[in-house]
Amino acid sequence: MKELRYDAVVIGGGAAGMAAALEIDAAGFSCAIVEREDHLGGILMQCIHNGFGLHEFSEELTGPEFAERFATKVAASKIAVYLGTTVTNFKAEGISESGASVKELICSSTDFGVMRILARTVVLAMGCRERNRGNVRIPGSRPAGVFTAGLAQRLVNIEGYIPGKEVVIIGSGDIGLIMARRMSWVGCHVKAVVEIMPYPSGLTRNIVQCLHDFNIPLYLSSQTTNIFGNHRVEGVEVTPMENGALVPEKAFRIDCDTVLLSVGLVPENELSKDAGVELNATTNGPIVDSTMMTNVDGVFACGNVLHVHDLVDWVAEEARATGRNAAGWLKGERPTMQVRVKAGSNVRYANPGKLDPRRDNKVYLRSLIVKNDAVLELRLDNRVIRSIKKGHVQPSEMITLNIGPKDLDGVGSDSALELAIL
Amino acid sequence: MRSLTCIVCPIGCDLKVEEGKDGELIVSGNRCPRGAAYAIEEIRSPKRVVTATCRLDLPGNGGERREEEPSTQAFRNRMRRHGMYDPRRLPVKTSVPCPKERIDELLKDIYALKVKLPVQGGTVLLANWKGTGIDVVAVRALD
Repeated sequence: MKELRYDAVVIGGGAAGMAAALEIDAAGFSCAIVEREDHLGGILMQCIHNGFGLHEFSEELTGPEFAERFATKVAASKIAVYLGTTVTNFKAEGISESGASVKELICSSTDFGVMRILARTVVLAMGCRERNRGNVRIPGSRPAGVFTAGLAQRLVNIEGYIPGKEVVIIGSGDIGLIMARRMSWVGCHVKAVVEIMPYPSGLTRNIVQCLHDFNIPLYLSSQTTNIFGNHRVEGVEVTPMENGALVPEKAFRIDCDTVLLSVGLVPENELSKDAGVELNATTNGPIVDSTMMTNVDGVFACGNVLHVHDLVDWVAEEARATGRNAAGWLKGERPTMQVRVKAGSNVRYANPGKLDPRRDNKVYLRSLIVKNDAVLELRLDNRVIRSIKKGHVQPSEMITLNIGPKDLDGVGSDSALELAIL
Repeated sequence: MRSLTCIVCPIGCDLKVEEGKDGELIVSGNRCPRGAAYAIEEIRSPKRVVTATCRLDLPGNGGERREEEPSTQAFRNRMRRHGMYDPRRLPVKTSVPCPKERIDELLKDIYALKVKLPVQGGTVLLANWKGTGIDVVAVRALD
Protein backbone atom coordinates (compact mmCIF):
# COMPACT_ATOMS: atom_id res chain seq x y z
CA MET A 1 0.00 0.00 0.00
CA LYS A 2 1.27 3.41 -1.00
CA GLU A 3 2.11 5.65 1.97
CA LEU A 4 2.04 9.43 1.89
CA ARG A 5 2.79 12.08 4.50
CA TYR A 6 1.51 15.65 4.76
CA ASP A 7 1.28 18.28 7.47
CA ALA A 8 -2.42 18.60 6.69
CA VAL A 9 -5.05 16.69 4.74
CA VAL A 10 -8.35 18.28 3.75
CA ILE A 11 -11.20 15.82 3.12
CA GLY A 12 -13.39 17.25 0.36
CA GLY A 13 -12.51 19.56 -2.54
CA GLY A 14 -15.57 21.80 -2.62
CA ALA A 15 -15.61 25.48 -1.71
CA ALA A 16 -14.79 24.78 1.95
CA GLY A 17 -11.99 22.31 1.26
CA MET A 18 -10.28 24.48 -1.33
CA ALA A 19 -10.50 27.65 0.80
CA ALA A 20 -9.10 25.88 3.86
CA ALA A 21 -6.30 24.14 1.91
CA LEU A 22 -5.19 27.42 0.29
CA GLU A 23 -4.66 29.00 3.73
CA ILE A 24 -2.70 26.01 5.02
CA ASP A 25 -0.54 26.05 1.89
CA ALA A 26 -0.02 29.82 2.18
CA ALA A 27 1.28 29.30 5.73
CA GLY A 28 4.00 27.05 4.31
CA PHE A 29 2.70 23.64 5.35
CA SER A 30 2.40 20.65 3.03
CA CYS A 31 -1.23 19.97 2.28
CA ALA A 32 -3.34 17.53 0.29
CA ILE A 33 -6.98 17.60 -0.79
CA VAL A 34 -8.75 14.24 -1.12
CA GLU A 35 -11.83 14.55 -3.32
CA ARG A 36 -14.34 11.81 -4.13
CA GLU A 37 -15.53 13.36 -7.41
CA ASP A 38 -13.32 13.68 -10.46
CA HIS A 39 -13.22 17.45 -10.30
CA LEU A 40 -12.80 20.17 -7.69
CA GLY A 41 -15.72 22.42 -6.85
CA GLY A 42 -18.14 19.97 -5.27
CA ILE A 43 -21.82 20.75 -5.63
CA LEU A 44 -21.04 24.16 -7.19
CA MET A 45 -20.46 22.45 -10.54
CA GLN A 46 -24.14 21.59 -10.89
CA CYS A 47 -25.35 24.93 -9.46
CA ILE A 48 -25.24 26.69 -12.81
CA HIS A 49 -27.51 29.54 -11.67
CA ASN A 50 -26.01 32.87 -10.71
CA GLY A 51 -25.90 34.62 -7.34
CA PHE A 52 -22.70 33.22 -5.89
CA GLY A 53 -19.84 35.41 -4.75
CA LEU A 54 -21.57 38.68 -3.85
CA HIS A 55 -19.66 38.88 -0.56
CA GLU A 56 -16.54 37.01 -1.66
CA PHE A 57 -15.88 38.66 -5.03
CA SER A 58 -18.44 41.54 -5.03
CA GLU A 59 -19.97 40.18 -8.21
CA GLU A 60 -22.60 37.67 -9.16
CA LEU A 61 -21.11 34.44 -10.44
CA THR A 62 -22.51 31.06 -11.39
CA GLY A 63 -21.48 28.03 -9.32
CA PRO A 64 -18.89 26.74 -11.81
CA GLU A 65 -17.32 30.21 -12.07
CA PHE A 66 -17.10 30.54 -8.28
CA ALA A 67 -15.49 27.09 -8.07
CA GLU A 68 -13.06 27.88 -10.87
CA ARG A 69 -11.68 30.94 -9.06
CA PHE A 70 -10.63 28.71 -6.19
CA ALA A 71 -9.59 25.76 -8.36
CA THR A 72 -7.26 28.03 -10.36
CA LYS A 73 -5.56 29.10 -7.13
CA VAL A 74 -5.30 25.48 -5.99
CA ALA A 75 -3.72 24.51 -9.31
CA ALA A 76 -1.14 27.29 -8.93
CA SER A 77 -0.30 26.27 -5.36
CA LYS A 78 1.74 23.38 -3.99
CA ILE A 79 -1.39 21.59 -2.75
CA ALA A 80 -1.52 17.92 -3.78
CA VAL A 81 -4.95 17.03 -5.17
CA TYR A 82 -6.22 13.45 -5.25
CA LEU A 83 -9.35 13.37 -7.41
CA GLY A 84 -11.69 10.41 -7.73
CA THR A 85 -10.39 9.32 -4.34
CA THR A 86 -12.60 8.23 -1.47
CA VAL A 87 -11.53 8.20 2.16
CA THR A 88 -12.79 4.92 3.55
CA ASN A 89 -11.27 4.98 7.03
CA PHE A 90 -10.18 7.79 9.30
CA LYS A 91 -8.31 7.14 12.52
CA ALA A 92 -7.42 10.20 14.53
CA GLU A 93 -6.00 8.79 17.72
CA GLY A 94 -3.53 6.15 18.81
CA ILE A 95 -1.07 6.35 15.91
CA SER A 96 2.28 8.00 16.39
CA GLU A 97 5.28 8.42 14.21
CA SER A 98 8.71 9.33 15.58
CA GLY A 99 7.08 10.33 18.84
CA ALA A 100 4.44 12.62 17.35
CA SER A 101 0.77 11.75 17.12
CA VAL A 102 -0.57 11.54 13.56
CA LYS A 103 -3.91 10.90 11.89
CA GLU A 104 -4.36 8.08 9.43
CA LEU A 105 -6.58 8.13 6.37
CA ILE A 106 -7.13 5.05 4.21
CA CYS A 107 -8.15 6.16 0.72
CA SER A 108 -8.97 4.33 -2.45
CA SER A 109 -9.16 5.40 -6.06
CA THR A 110 -9.00 3.98 -9.56
CA ASP A 111 -5.91 6.01 -10.39
CA PHE A 112 -3.88 5.63 -7.20
CA GLY A 113 -5.13 2.33 -5.77
CA VAL A 114 -5.32 2.05 -2.00
CA MET A 115 -3.31 4.68 -0.16
CA ARG A 116 -2.46 5.31 3.46
CA ILE A 117 -2.08 9.01 4.17
CA LEU A 118 -0.56 10.20 7.45
CA ALA A 119 -1.09 13.78 8.51
CA ARG A 120 -0.59 15.87 11.64
CA THR A 121 -3.87 17.65 11.13
CA VAL A 122 -7.08 16.91 9.23
CA VAL A 123 -9.70 19.39 8.05
CA LEU A 124 -13.18 17.93 7.56
CA ALA A 125 -14.88 19.54 4.55
CA MET A 126 -17.12 16.78 3.25
CA GLY A 127 -20.23 18.90 2.83
CA CYS A 128 -23.73 17.59 3.24
CA ARG A 129 -26.27 15.41 1.51
CA GLU A 130 -29.98 15.70 0.83
CA ARG A 131 -32.72 14.31 3.00
CA ASN A 132 -34.86 11.92 0.99
CA ARG A 133 -38.36 10.50 1.02
CA GLY A 134 -37.48 7.94 3.68
CA ASN A 135 -36.16 10.66 5.98
CA VAL A 136 -39.42 12.62 5.89
CA ARG A 137 -41.76 9.62 5.66
CA ILE A 138 -44.14 10.65 2.90
CA PRO A 139 -46.97 8.10 2.70
CA GLY A 140 -48.19 6.55 -0.55
CA SER A 141 -47.12 4.10 -3.21
CA ARG A 142 -43.55 3.86 -4.42
CA PRO A 143 -43.58 4.68 -8.12
CA ALA A 144 -40.74 5.95 -10.30
CA GLY A 145 -40.51 9.73 -10.60
CA VAL A 146 -39.61 10.75 -7.04
CA PHE A 147 -36.23 12.53 -6.98
CA THR A 148 -34.35 14.71 -4.56
CA ALA A 149 -34.04 18.20 -6.02
CA GLY A 150 -30.23 18.02 -6.12
CA LEU A 151 -30.31 14.76 -8.06
CA ALA A 152 -32.70 16.31 -10.57
CA GLN A 153 -30.34 19.29 -10.78
CA ARG A 154 -27.46 17.00 -11.64
CA LEU A 155 -29.52 15.11 -14.23
CA VAL A 156 -30.65 18.32 -15.95
CA ASN A 157 -27.53 20.48 -15.71
CA ILE A 158 -24.72 17.97 -16.13
CA GLU A 159 -26.05 14.76 -17.61
CA GLY A 160 -28.61 16.33 -19.90
CA TYR A 161 -31.72 14.40 -18.89
CA ILE A 162 -35.07 15.97 -17.98
CA PRO A 163 -36.65 13.79 -15.28
CA GLY A 164 -40.32 14.55 -16.05
CA LYS A 165 -42.91 16.97 -17.43
CA GLU A 166 -45.46 17.86 -14.74
CA VAL A 167 -43.67 18.58 -11.51
CA VAL A 168 -44.64 19.09 -7.87
CA ILE A 169 -41.90 20.18 -5.51
CA ILE A 170 -42.13 19.16 -1.86
CA GLY A 171 -40.32 21.51 0.49
CA SER A 172 -39.29 25.08 -0.24
CA GLY A 173 -35.56 24.72 0.35
CA ASP A 174 -33.28 26.69 -1.95
CA ILE A 175 -32.43 23.76 -4.21
CA GLY A 176 -36.15 23.08 -4.71
CA LEU A 177 -36.81 26.71 -5.59
CA ILE A 178 -33.85 26.86 -7.97
CA MET A 179 -35.12 23.66 -9.59
CA ALA A 180 -38.62 25.14 -9.97
CA ARG A 181 -37.09 27.80 -12.23
CA ARG A 182 -34.78 25.36 -13.99
CA MET A 183 -37.59 22.90 -14.75
CA SER A 184 -39.72 25.78 -16.03
CA TRP A 185 -36.90 26.98 -18.25
CA VAL A 186 -36.35 23.51 -19.74
CA GLY A 187 -40.02 23.31 -20.70
CA CYS A 188 -41.61 21.50 -17.76
CA HIS A 189 -44.73 22.63 -15.96
CA VAL A 190 -44.10 23.15 -12.25
CA LYS A 191 -47.52 22.92 -10.68
CA ALA A 192 -46.83 23.69 -7.04
CA VAL A 193 -44.37 23.94 -4.19
CA VAL A 194 -45.67 22.42 -0.94
CA GLU A 195 -44.12 23.55 2.35
CA ILE A 196 -45.00 22.13 5.76
CA MET A 197 -43.88 25.23 7.68
CA PRO A 198 -45.86 28.50 7.75
CA TYR A 199 -42.90 30.28 6.10
CA PRO A 200 -40.63 29.36 3.14
CA SER A 201 -37.42 27.59 4.04
CA GLY A 202 -35.47 29.11 1.13
CA LEU A 203 -33.99 32.56 0.62
CA THR A 204 -36.43 35.38 -0.17
CA ARG A 205 -34.71 36.21 -3.43
CA ASN A 206 -35.27 32.66 -4.61
CA ILE A 207 -39.00 32.84 -3.80
CA VAL A 208 -39.19 35.98 -5.94
CA GLN A 209 -36.99 34.88 -8.84
CA CYS A 210 -37.98 31.24 -9.03
CA LEU A 211 -41.66 31.14 -8.03
CA HIS A 212 -43.23 34.59 -8.51
CA ASP A 213 -41.61 35.00 -11.95
CA PHE A 214 -43.30 31.80 -13.13
CA ASN A 215 -46.60 32.12 -11.20
CA ILE A 216 -45.87 28.88 -9.35
CA PRO A 217 -48.18 28.54 -6.32
CA LEU A 218 -46.52 28.02 -2.93
CA TYR A 219 -48.71 26.17 -0.41
CA LEU A 220 -47.44 27.00 3.08
CA SER A 221 -48.51 25.09 6.22
CA SER A 222 -49.35 22.14 3.96
CA GLN A 223 -48.26 18.55 4.09
CA THR A 224 -47.97 16.04 1.28
CA THR A 225 -50.07 13.18 2.64
CA ASN A 226 -49.98 10.79 -0.30
CA ILE A 227 -48.08 9.99 -3.47
CA PHE A 228 -50.24 8.22 -6.07
CA GLY A 229 -49.12 6.06 -8.98
CA ASN A 230 -48.33 2.51 -9.87
CA HIS A 231 -45.30 2.45 -12.18
CA ARG A 232 -44.91 6.21 -12.45
CA VAL A 233 -46.04 9.06 -10.19
CA GLU A 234 -49.58 10.14 -11.11
CA GLY A 235 -50.24 12.77 -8.49
CA VAL A 236 -49.89 13.88 -4.89
CA GLU A 237 -52.38 14.66 -2.16
CA VAL A 238 -51.82 17.90 -0.26
CA THR A 239 -53.48 18.47 3.12
CA PRO A 240 -53.48 21.96 4.66
CA MET A 241 -52.65 22.36 8.34
CA GLU A 242 -54.35 24.63 10.83
CA ASN A 243 -52.90 25.24 14.28
CA GLY A 244 -50.40 22.47 13.66
CA ALA A 245 -53.01 19.81 12.83
CA LEU A 246 -53.94 18.38 9.44
CA VAL A 247 -57.36 19.32 8.11
CA PRO A 248 -58.28 16.24 6.01
CA GLU A 249 -61.54 17.70 4.68
CA LYS A 250 -59.52 20.42 2.94
CA ALA A 251 -57.14 17.94 1.25
CA PHE A 252 -56.76 18.23 -2.53
CA ARG A 253 -54.98 16.35 -5.28
CA ILE A 254 -52.45 17.70 -7.77
CA ASP A 255 -51.80 15.55 -10.85
CA CYS A 256 -48.13 15.26 -11.80
CA ASP A 257 -45.60 12.75 -13.13
CA THR A 258 -42.62 13.91 -11.09
CA VAL A 259 -42.03 14.80 -7.45
CA LEU A 260 -38.89 16.67 -6.37
CA LEU A 261 -37.94 16.73 -2.71
CA SER A 262 -36.23 19.73 -1.19
CA VAL A 263 -36.63 18.86 2.46
CA GLY A 264 -33.32 19.76 4.01
CA LEU A 265 -29.68 18.80 4.07
CA VAL A 266 -27.71 16.72 6.54
CA PRO A 267 -23.96 17.17 7.13
CA GLU A 268 -22.12 14.07 5.97
CA ASN A 269 -20.27 12.97 9.10
CA GLU A 270 -19.75 9.22 8.78
CA LEU A 271 -15.96 9.69 8.68
CA SER A 272 -16.04 12.17 11.56
CA LYS A 273 -17.85 9.64 13.75
CA ASP A 274 -15.28 7.06 12.68
CA ALA A 275 -12.59 9.24 14.21
CA GLY A 276 -14.48 9.87 17.43
CA VAL A 277 -15.63 13.39 16.59
CA GLU A 278 -18.55 14.52 18.76
CA LEU A 279 -21.58 15.87 16.91
CA ASN A 280 -24.09 18.56 17.81
CA ALA A 281 -27.62 17.14 17.76
CA THR A 282 -29.07 20.38 16.34
CA THR A 283 -26.65 20.97 13.46
CA ASN A 284 -25.70 17.30 12.90
CA GLY A 285 -22.19 18.68 12.51
CA PRO A 286 -19.17 18.53 14.83
CA ILE A 287 -19.02 20.59 18.00
CA VAL A 288 -16.15 23.04 17.48
CA ASP A 289 -14.20 25.48 19.62
CA SER A 290 -13.09 29.01 18.76
CA THR A 291 -10.54 27.65 16.27
CA MET A 292 -13.13 25.40 14.55
CA MET A 293 -11.37 22.42 16.09
CA THR A 294 -13.48 19.42 17.08
CA ASN A 295 -13.11 17.52 20.33
CA VAL A 296 -10.38 15.47 18.62
CA ASP A 297 -7.08 17.34 18.90
CA GLY A 298 -5.92 18.52 15.46
CA VAL A 299 -9.15 17.70 13.62
CA PHE A 300 -10.96 20.78 12.28
CA ALA A 301 -14.27 21.19 10.47
CA CYS A 302 -15.72 23.84 8.15
CA GLY A 303 -18.40 24.38 5.54
CA ASN A 304 -21.57 22.34 5.22
CA VAL A 305 -20.15 19.38 7.12
CA LEU A 306 -20.11 21.65 10.17
CA HIS A 307 -23.54 23.23 9.67
CA VAL A 308 -25.59 23.81 6.55
CA HIS A 309 -24.98 27.29 5.13
CA ASP A 310 -27.25 29.18 2.77
CA LEU A 311 -24.46 31.11 1.02
CA VAL A 312 -21.21 29.70 -0.33
CA ASP A 313 -19.63 33.05 0.51
CA TRP A 314 -19.99 32.28 4.23
CA VAL A 315 -18.59 28.79 3.59
CA ALA A 316 -15.48 30.23 1.98
CA GLU A 317 -15.01 32.77 4.76
CA GLU A 318 -15.47 30.21 7.51
CA ALA A 319 -13.16 27.74 5.76
CA ARG A 320 -10.40 30.32 5.32
CA ALA A 321 -10.47 31.04 9.05
CA THR A 322 -10.42 27.29 9.70
CA GLY A 323 -7.43 26.82 7.40
CA ARG A 324 -5.56 29.62 9.18
CA ASN A 325 -6.40 28.05 12.55
CA ALA A 326 -5.22 24.63 11.40
CA ALA A 327 -1.93 26.22 10.29
CA GLY A 328 -1.72 27.96 13.66
CA TRP A 329 -2.28 24.64 15.40
CA LEU A 330 0.57 23.14 13.37
CA LYS A 331 2.79 25.97 14.63
CA GLY A 332 1.81 25.11 18.18
CA GLU A 333 -0.71 27.90 18.80
CA ARG A 334 -3.44 26.99 21.27
CA PRO A 335 -6.15 29.25 22.73
CA THR A 336 -5.39 29.97 26.39
CA MET A 337 -8.94 30.71 27.43
CA GLN A 338 -12.29 30.21 25.72
CA VAL A 339 -15.80 31.41 26.47
CA ARG A 340 -18.71 29.07 25.86
CA VAL A 341 -21.45 30.16 23.43
CA LYS A 342 -25.04 29.30 24.32
CA ALA A 343 -28.04 29.45 22.00
CA GLY A 344 -30.64 31.46 23.93
CA SER A 345 -34.28 32.12 23.17
CA ASN A 346 -35.29 31.92 19.50
CA VAL A 347 -31.79 30.87 18.42
CA ARG A 348 -31.60 27.41 16.89
CA TYR A 349 -27.85 27.20 17.14
CA ALA A 350 -24.68 29.27 17.05
CA ASN A 351 -21.31 28.23 15.68
CA PRO A 352 -18.55 27.98 16.83
CA GLY A 353 -19.41 26.71 20.30
CA LYS A 354 -16.58 28.66 21.96
CA LEU A 355 -14.99 32.08 21.51
CA ASP A 356 -11.47 33.35 22.10
CA PRO A 357 -11.75 36.57 24.14
CA ARG A 358 -8.37 37.77 22.89
CA ARG A 359 -9.24 38.00 19.23
CA ASP A 360 -12.01 38.70 16.72
CA ASN A 361 -14.49 35.88 16.37
CA LYS A 362 -16.99 35.41 13.59
CA VAL A 363 -20.18 33.78 14.80
CA TYR A 364 -22.83 32.20 12.58
CA LEU A 365 -26.29 31.66 13.99
CA ARG A 366 -29.75 30.70 12.90
CA SER A 367 -33.04 32.10 14.11
CA LEU A 368 -35.95 29.90 15.08
CA ILE A 369 -38.49 32.59 14.24
CA VAL A 370 -39.59 34.92 11.44
CA LYS A 371 -39.68 38.49 12.74
CA ASN A 372 -39.35 42.09 11.59
CA ASP A 373 -37.52 44.61 13.78
CA ALA A 374 -35.96 41.94 15.93
CA VAL A 375 -33.15 42.47 18.41
CA LEU A 376 -30.17 40.17 18.74
CA GLU A 377 -28.98 40.31 22.33
CA LEU A 378 -25.55 39.26 23.59
CA ARG A 379 -25.60 38.33 27.26
CA LEU A 380 -22.35 37.61 29.05
CA ASP A 381 -23.08 35.75 32.26
CA ASN A 382 -26.66 37.09 32.18
CA ARG A 383 -25.53 40.70 31.69
CA VAL A 384 -26.54 42.30 28.37
CA ILE A 385 -23.33 43.49 26.69
CA ARG A 386 -24.67 44.40 23.26
CA SER A 387 -28.03 44.67 21.47
CA ILE A 388 -28.08 44.58 17.70
CA LYS A 389 -31.11 45.71 15.71
CA LYS A 390 -32.13 43.30 12.95
CA GLY A 391 -34.59 44.57 10.35
CA HIS A 392 -35.71 41.07 9.54
CA VAL A 393 -34.81 37.60 10.76
CA GLN A 394 -35.95 34.23 9.43
CA PRO A 395 -34.66 30.68 9.82
CA SER A 396 -33.51 30.40 6.20
CA GLU A 397 -31.15 33.39 6.40
CA MET A 398 -28.08 32.80 8.51
CA ILE A 399 -27.09 35.68 10.77
CA THR A 400 -23.40 36.49 11.05
CA LEU A 401 -21.77 38.68 13.65
CA ASN A 402 -18.35 39.70 14.89
CA ILE A 403 -17.53 39.38 18.56
CA GLY A 404 -14.21 40.84 19.59
CA PRO A 405 -12.07 41.43 22.67
CA LYS A 406 -14.03 44.64 23.40
CA ASP A 407 -17.22 42.63 23.94
CA LEU A 408 -15.54 39.98 26.01
CA ASP A 409 -13.44 42.23 28.22
CA GLY A 410 -12.84 40.78 31.65
CA VAL A 411 -14.31 37.34 31.15
CA GLY A 412 -13.33 34.29 33.15
CA SER A 413 -12.91 30.73 31.99
CA ASP A 414 -16.34 29.83 33.42
CA SER A 415 -18.04 32.60 31.45
CA ALA A 416 -20.77 31.87 28.95
CA LEU A 417 -22.05 34.12 26.20
CA GLU A 418 -25.73 33.69 25.44
CA LEU A 419 -27.17 34.81 22.11
CA ALA A 420 -30.90 35.51 22.04
CA ILE A 421 -33.32 36.94 19.52
CA LEU A 422 -36.08 39.11 20.92
CA MET B 1 -48.14 51.87 -4.45
CA ARG B 2 -46.42 48.60 -5.22
CA SER B 3 -44.53 46.33 -2.84
CA LEU B 4 -41.51 44.42 -4.08
CA THR B 5 -38.90 42.20 -2.52
CA CYS B 6 -35.44 43.32 -3.58
CA ILE B 7 -33.39 40.52 -5.14
CA VAL B 8 -30.14 42.39 -5.74
CA CYS B 9 -28.54 40.65 -2.78
CA PRO B 10 -29.57 37.99 -0.23
CA ILE B 11 -30.83 40.52 2.33
CA GLY B 12 -34.08 40.86 0.38
CA CYS B 13 -35.26 44.35 1.44
CA ASP B 14 -39.01 45.02 1.34
CA LEU B 15 -39.32 47.86 -1.14
CA LYS B 16 -42.24 50.21 -1.58
CA VAL B 17 -42.59 52.13 -4.81
CA GLU B 18 -44.86 55.15 -5.12
CA GLU B 19 -45.51 57.34 -8.11
CA GLY B 20 -44.74 60.99 -7.53
CA LYS B 21 -46.62 63.93 -9.09
CA ASP B 22 -44.51 64.10 -12.24
CA GLY B 23 -44.65 60.35 -12.81
CA GLU B 24 -41.23 59.69 -11.27
CA LEU B 25 -40.97 56.65 -9.00
CA ILE B 26 -40.14 57.06 -5.31
CA VAL B 27 -38.60 54.03 -3.66
CA SER B 28 -38.47 53.41 0.09
CA GLY B 29 -37.36 50.52 2.27
CA ASN B 30 -34.06 50.00 0.42
CA ARG B 31 -30.86 49.62 2.44
CA CYS B 32 -28.63 50.59 -0.48
CA PRO B 33 -28.87 52.57 -3.73
CA ARG B 34 -28.89 49.34 -5.75
CA GLY B 35 -32.30 48.58 -4.26
CA ALA B 36 -33.81 51.82 -5.60
CA ALA B 37 -32.36 51.18 -9.05
CA TYR B 38 -33.70 47.62 -8.96
CA ALA B 39 -37.23 48.71 -7.99
CA ILE B 40 -37.43 51.28 -10.77
CA GLU B 41 -36.13 48.85 -13.36
CA GLU B 42 -38.36 46.04 -12.07
CA ILE B 43 -41.39 48.23 -12.74
CA ARG B 44 -40.31 49.93 -15.97
CA SER B 45 -38.50 47.01 -17.71
CA PRO B 46 -37.84 43.86 -15.64
CA LYS B 47 -34.69 41.92 -16.56
CA ARG B 48 -33.06 38.68 -15.41
CA VAL B 49 -29.68 37.05 -15.89
CA VAL B 50 -30.48 33.82 -17.71
CA THR B 51 -28.48 30.68 -16.98
CA ALA B 52 -28.97 27.51 -18.98
CA THR B 53 -27.05 24.68 -20.59
CA CYS B 54 -26.43 23.91 -24.23
CA ARG B 55 -25.58 20.78 -26.19
CA LEU B 56 -22.07 19.62 -26.85
CA ASP B 57 -20.98 18.49 -30.27
CA LEU B 58 -20.20 14.96 -29.13
CA PRO B 59 -20.99 11.72 -30.87
CA GLY B 60 -24.31 10.49 -29.56
CA ASN B 61 -25.30 13.79 -27.96
CA GLY B 62 -28.58 15.06 -29.27
CA GLY B 63 -30.73 12.78 -31.30
CA GLU B 64 -28.17 10.20 -32.40
CA ARG B 65 -28.02 6.92 -30.56
CA ARG B 66 -25.51 6.60 -27.74
CA GLU B 67 -24.17 3.30 -29.15
CA GLU B 68 -22.08 5.26 -31.65
CA GLU B 69 -19.91 6.48 -28.79
CA PRO B 70 -16.26 5.94 -29.79
CA SER B 71 -13.92 4.38 -27.31
CA THR B 72 -11.04 6.62 -28.34
CA GLN B 73 -8.28 7.64 -25.99
CA ALA B 74 -9.54 11.24 -26.02
CA PHE B 75 -12.95 10.12 -24.89
CA ARG B 76 -11.50 7.93 -22.15
CA ASN B 77 -9.34 10.79 -20.94
CA ARG B 78 -12.37 12.99 -20.75
CA MET B 79 -14.22 10.31 -18.81
CA ARG B 80 -11.31 10.18 -16.42
CA ARG B 81 -11.32 13.87 -15.86
CA HIS B 82 -15.04 14.35 -15.43
CA GLY B 83 -15.99 11.08 -13.88
CA MET B 84 -18.39 8.39 -14.84
CA TYR B 85 -21.03 11.03 -15.40
CA ASP B 86 -19.21 12.77 -18.19
CA PRO B 87 -20.84 16.22 -18.52
CA ARG B 88 -23.08 16.23 -21.56
CA ARG B 89 -24.18 19.84 -21.24
CA LEU B 90 -22.20 23.08 -21.16
CA PRO B 91 -23.46 25.64 -18.61
CA VAL B 92 -23.88 29.17 -19.99
CA LYS B 93 -25.10 32.57 -18.80
CA THR B 94 -26.02 35.91 -20.27
CA SER B 95 -23.34 38.58 -19.88
CA VAL B 96 -26.02 41.12 -18.89
CA PRO B 97 -29.62 40.67 -17.73
CA CYS B 98 -32.17 39.86 -20.44
CA PRO B 99 -35.61 41.53 -20.66
CA LYS B 100 -38.07 39.16 -18.99
CA GLU B 101 -40.44 38.96 -21.93
CA ARG B 102 -37.64 37.77 -24.24
CA ILE B 103 -36.27 34.99 -22.04
CA ASP B 104 -38.20 32.16 -23.75
CA GLU B 105 -37.01 33.33 -27.16
CA LEU B 106 -33.41 33.47 -25.90
CA LEU B 107 -33.63 30.01 -24.30
CA LYS B 108 -34.79 28.58 -27.64
CA ASP B 109 -31.63 29.91 -29.31
CA ILE B 110 -29.40 28.64 -26.48
CA TYR B 111 -30.96 25.17 -26.75
CA ALA B 112 -30.32 25.19 -30.53
CA LEU B 113 -26.56 25.67 -30.00
CA LYS B 114 -24.16 22.79 -30.48
CA VAL B 115 -20.74 23.60 -29.03
CA LYS B 116 -17.53 22.00 -30.26
CA LEU B 117 -14.99 20.97 -27.64
CA PRO B 118 -12.65 22.06 -26.20
CA VAL B 119 -14.26 25.21 -24.88
CA GLN B 120 -12.86 27.72 -22.39
CA GLY B 121 -14.78 29.42 -19.59
CA GLY B 122 -15.83 32.87 -20.80
CA THR B 123 -16.05 31.88 -24.50
CA VAL B 124 -18.78 33.92 -26.21
CA LEU B 125 -21.21 31.50 -27.87
CA LEU B 126 -23.82 34.02 -29.04
CA ALA B 127 -22.49 37.55 -29.50
CA ASN B 128 -24.82 40.57 -29.21
CA TRP B 129 -27.89 38.34 -29.42
CA LYS B 130 -30.42 39.87 -31.84
CA GLY B 131 -28.83 43.28 -31.35
CA THR B 132 -29.73 43.43 -27.64
CA GLY B 133 -26.15 43.68 -26.42
CA ILE B 134 -26.57 40.33 -24.64
CA ASP B 135 -23.71 37.85 -25.03
CA VAL B 136 -24.21 34.20 -24.10
CA VAL B 137 -20.99 32.92 -22.55
CA ALA B 138 -19.73 29.55 -21.32
CA VAL B 139 -19.21 29.48 -17.55
CA ARG B 140 -16.86 26.52 -17.38
CA ALA B 141 -14.13 24.92 -19.41
CA LEU B 142 -14.77 21.53 -20.98
CA ASP B 143 -12.46 19.44 -23.09
